[in-house]
Amino acid sequence: MSALPAAAQTADASTAWFDWSRIYFLFVLVVLCGAVLAFIVLARRGMPMKVRQIAGLASVEDAVGRATEMGRPCLFVPGILDMNDIQTIAAVTILERVGKTVAEYDARIEVPTSKALVMLAAREALQSAYASAGRPENFSADDVYYVTEEQFAYVGHLQGVMARERPAACFYFGGFFAESLILAETGNGIGAIQIAGTAQPQQLPFFVAACDYTLIGEEFFAASAYLSGEPDQLGTLKGQDVGKLIVAAGIVIGAVAATLAELTGSDALRGFVTFLTERVMS
Amino acid sequence: MKRTVPLLIASATGFILIVAYFVPPIQAWSEQVSVWFNILAAVAFILGGANLLGNHLKHISDRARGWGYSVVLIVSFLATLVAGLGKIGVNPSADFPDFAWSGTYRQIGSPFWFFYEYAFTPLTATIFAILAFFIASAAFRAFRAKNIEAGLLLGTAFIVLLGRTFAGVALTSWIDPAVWSGFQYFTGLRIENLTVYIMAVFNTVGNRAIMIGIALGIVSTSLKILLGLDRSYLGKD
Repeated sequence: MSALPAAAQTADASTAWFDWSRIYFLFVLVVLCGAVLAFIVLARRGMPMKVRQIAGLASVEDAVGRATEMGRPCLFVPGILDMNDIQTIAAVTILERVGKTVAEYDARIEVPTSKALVMLAAREALQSAYASAGRPENFSADDVYYVTEEQFAYVGHLQGVMARERPAACFYFGGFFAESLILAETGNGIGAIQIAGTAQPQQLPFFVAACDYTLIGEEFFAASAYLSGEPDQLGTLKGQDVGKLIVAAGIVIGAVAATLAELTGSDALRGFVTFLTERVMS
Repeated sequence: MKRTVPLLIASATGFILIVAYFVPPIQAWSEQVSVWFNILAAVAFILGGANLLGNHLKHISDRARGWGYSVVLIVSFLATLVAGLGKIGVNPSADFPDFAWSGTYRQIGSPFWFFYEYAFTPLTATIFAILAFFIASAAFRAFRAKNIEAGLLLGTAFIVLLGRTFAGVALTSWIDPAVWSGFQYFTGLRIENLTVYIMAVFNTVGNRAIMIGIALGIVSTSLKILLGLDRSYLGKD
């Protein structure tokens, strides 16, 4: 191999069937997915899955109940990203759970969307929720509608809806950017119970400041499983915990190795830290 | 059937793309899928436009509350659509002067450009500008020192805010080794250095913890979707 000219070696590398530089990522992926799958199997075999209470999700029913008592609608905003983003998919799955509660309480939920594909998926999810609750006749396709792709035009519409219809409960789940605080503050101004969840870390402080409950980090992705209460789905949450253990172990090992490398000046430890930071983590 | 076929398509595409990440000869497939998605989104956009028109025409016919806004919306929508698609007022491109529609629809001076520049941009900028007032009102609520945690938040925010202003930097500029050599051990207490420390250490630690949680959540959610454990986004059969 070493006798081959450089150009031939490059050509050989470019047509390799496996990218060995990503083997560490594959290992982590297999372990994480394996843990999730293992807990799904255990859940199916009847292993009890205890999940800590998430205040924001526990209060969904209270929020919908309050809206019902006040005779006002609920507002569900699925973010401004399209269906190719996992946050939007998570938001639509949460909508199905929230929609079921709304249907059971015989309340009304309005879902303005900024993407046409999201509108179609949200309609399907909500229709399914009403059917699951045994009230398919109460579903109205007009409650899930398309507004605009433009970020601030969408925000303007939502502010208008909040000011005119004064929803008693506002749910913000999905991908949000600069509009997060505008929406949450408008909702706060009308006295609505507000529950938010996003995977945009920069927007979390805004939601925390202006909403009653905010789902932080993995809580947002756990919401659908938590609200469904299905063993299969709760099993995936347990699988995530194994991932957290692996990450925690990696952090401790990395921190100890980096500290010892500085204290002892050991080249072997420095090499290990470089391997962790530049190969495993990159 | 209504759920099974989309689920199979989603699962097959998802798993193939995961494999493609590790197999160089098929890595370009992910770009291809992105193109397919854009085509789907473009088709769905027509549905969205139709839904928008249908909803607002219904508002007008029902004389629902605020129906006047629906009239404004429909007139604006149709005017922009006609001006953009019809390339009204657009001069032919210099490369193809014989073809009337060869110019770009965003050409400066065209009606579409006029709508965009003098109606759309100022309106969206106005909505964005409201954010400044909302930040002030949210900060007022968040920084009320009701307990120890809120007090710590207030103190930290005060240092970071101050550290990003000229006045804040000037306030502790006297901690300078040039003034007294003993200050060389205390330069970390200068407001601008404290700000950098808070942002680089405390803020980064919190952010990374959240990011790790999000990454694990994404793995778990993706797996649920690909395996069909959570089909709620597909509706009912």
